[in-house]
Amino acid sequence: MEPFTVHTGLVATMDRANVDTDQIIPKQFLKRIERTGFGQFLFFDWRFKDDGSDNPEFELNQPAVKGATVLVARRNFGSGSSREHAVWALSDYGFRAVLAPSFADIFYSNCFKNGLLPIPLSESVIEKIFARQSSTPGYKLTVDLEKRLVSDSLGLCESFTIEPSRQYNLLHGLDDIGLTLKNEDKITAYEKAHGIA
Amino acid sequence: MTSPSSTQGSGPRTMFQKIWDKHVVFSEPGKPTILYIDLQLVHEVTSAQAFEGLRLAGRKVRRPGRTIATPDHNVPTTDRSLPIADQISRQQVDTLRKNCEEFGIRLYDLHDPHQGIVHIIGPELGYTQPGMTIVCGDSHTATHGAFGSLAFGIGTSEVEHVLATQTLLQFKPKTMELRVDGNLAHGVTAKDLILYLIGKLTTAGGTGYVLEYTGEVVRRLSMEERMTVCNMSIEAGARAGMIAPDETTIDYLRGRPFSPQNFEEAAAQWRLLPSDAGATYDVVKTFRGEDIQPQVTWGTNPGQVISIGDKIPNPADFSDPTEQKSTAQALEYMGLRSGTLLSDVELQRVFIGSCTNARIEDLRAAAKVVKGYRVNNKVHAMVVPGSGLVKRQAETEGLDTIFKEAGFEWREAGCSMCLAMNPDRLEPGERCASTSNRNFEGRQGKGGRTHLVSPAMAAAAALTGRFTDIRHWNYKA
Repeated sequence: MEPFTVHTGLVATMDRANVDTDQIIPKQFLKRIERTGFGQFLFFDWRFKDDGSDNPEFELNQPAVKGATVLVARRNFGSGSSREHAVWALSDYGFRAVLAPSFADIFYSNCFKNGLLPIPLSESVIEKIFARQSSTPGYKLTVDLEKRLVSDSLGLCESFTIEPSRQYNLLHGLDDIGLTLKNEDKITAYEKAHGIA
Repeated sequence: MTSPSSTQGSGPRTMFQKIWDKHVVFSEPGKPTILYIDLQLVHEVTSAQAFEGLRLAGRKVRRPGRTIATPDHNVPTTDRSLPIADQISRQQVDTLRKNCEEFGIRLYDLHDPHQGIVHIIGPELGYTQPGMTIVCGDSHTATHGAFGSLAFGIGTSEVEHVLATQTLLQFKPKTMELRVDGNLAHGVTAKDLILYLIGKLTTAGGTGYVLEYTGEVVRRLSMEERMTVCNMSIEAGARAGMIAPDETTIDYLRGRPFSPQNFEEAAAQWRLLPSDAGATYDVVKTFRGEDIQPQVTWGTNPGQVISIGDKIPNPADFSDPTEQKSTAQALEYMGLRSGTLLSDVELQRVFIGSCTNARIEDLRAAAKVVKGYRVNNKVHAMVVPGSGLVKRQAETEGLDTIFKEAGFEWREAGCSMCLAMNPDRLEPGERCASTSNRNFEGRQGKGGRTHLVSPAMAAAAALTGRFTDIRHWNYKA
């Protein structure tokens, strides 16, 4: 997994609450057996018209935010299904971080398995970011995972919370399974103690 | 992230705490706990990349005997003697078969009489038991909590983690008790109960919590009704939902093919699981059964729900600007006008099925409404039993005849139109009364308009062509 240390990127905003995983990646695209190639289907039903052309009304299709790598949304982002494909789609599309007042649990956890950094910030800070993005052409944010800070060139500097072990693993690009297997003796001991053969 | 509620070793514990404590393999401060997983259920949509991950890393499945699999999301509900027409679906189902063969996992494949929706076959075969930790790459895994198990929905990377290590990394969630006392009125079902609770909690009200459903109303529920309730815990954002085991649970499990061999000994252990007197939860909310009427969702998340007699809400009813905007967007997508009575809303499709409501009791309830009537000529209605066993039992009871004579389609088991990964789907603009669990935009087909209801309410809607108060239904049985 690619480590995440510091990232500065163009910001795209999505002024919607409860963005669910069915919107992020509709079910017909879950039939793939690979982990890759999901970016082309991100927000498919909102992004494209029925004839396959870009929907000019959709936030992410605005020319000013093409190439954005930081997504900012409203509360309860990623609600609904456990499909990790939602994270794969956001990542493959190019996003490195998602900022929102809150995230759905399973989505939040899935982000860390794939190097996508979910950043919870208060509603008032998110509101401030929305306002700056809409009034500042080419608005960018810098995310510093080590310092746990989100900043811009206009004086914004906000800290965010993250479990220390998640922060550490993401900074170093560490994979969960490898880490757990370092404790394999404890798994075997548990199984022995519980009569699991 | 320690929770202030009852903790290990010191005094009374909640059922959640007892199960958590028993399954800790290792925990150290600042890191997620390593929890042992008793049972992993696998289906075709979220497992392919997990098995591929094992293959690439040269790993095996640690405990193949604690893993069972079945295809359910992609499978057609029509003639299964033909190969699956959609090539990508077919490949995904074939991939599951190959993976199960290669890694030594028991598979209830398409032609197996026990195949069905994964959250229906687990319990009916006796795999799901009280006190277990259970996972599946599907958010409705919460269903199994109905047995007093701790059941989590997980993503594909975690599926791979459990396959490789038989453990799951979890930060300990908080606990919320939802106590429902009193009585449910005639015509009000378990589905209405959980929709009502989600409406009160909202779609994120349970985020970070494991819910435990308690109280007189919950105690009286059958196992299938408890599964309906626990199934939709995720729709309130919760990590899991549980109901303490009791004699109802024990009676259900007695004699099932994979129930414990030393059954009475196991049952004695299960009786020790319910929360101790004096155990504390992080949050407690109480409700009265009498307050609950038949529910119908109107919007694009399960929290946007009203009673059958209510009017479609107005954005101005909400003070929060984000809620106002959500409401306006939902009304537009659903093609509804504020102030309309639900009973004036007509529909074109009815779907009775899904892991929420496709068990035998659900089909009996719907058949009781349907008997002697015919589907409205503007409606296309479909019944999809949850498993091969449910389908055959329904046929033994003659329920299929009741549905078919009324003009319903009677199908093979699968997830079907709950999420429309197979050919069963809504056309844009079609309005559907559905016994499933999600009404997100496009869930049942792009542009499709989903209203979540109980099986009896769905059946009545199929017959009248509009949302109908089941409490006043004239049964012809």
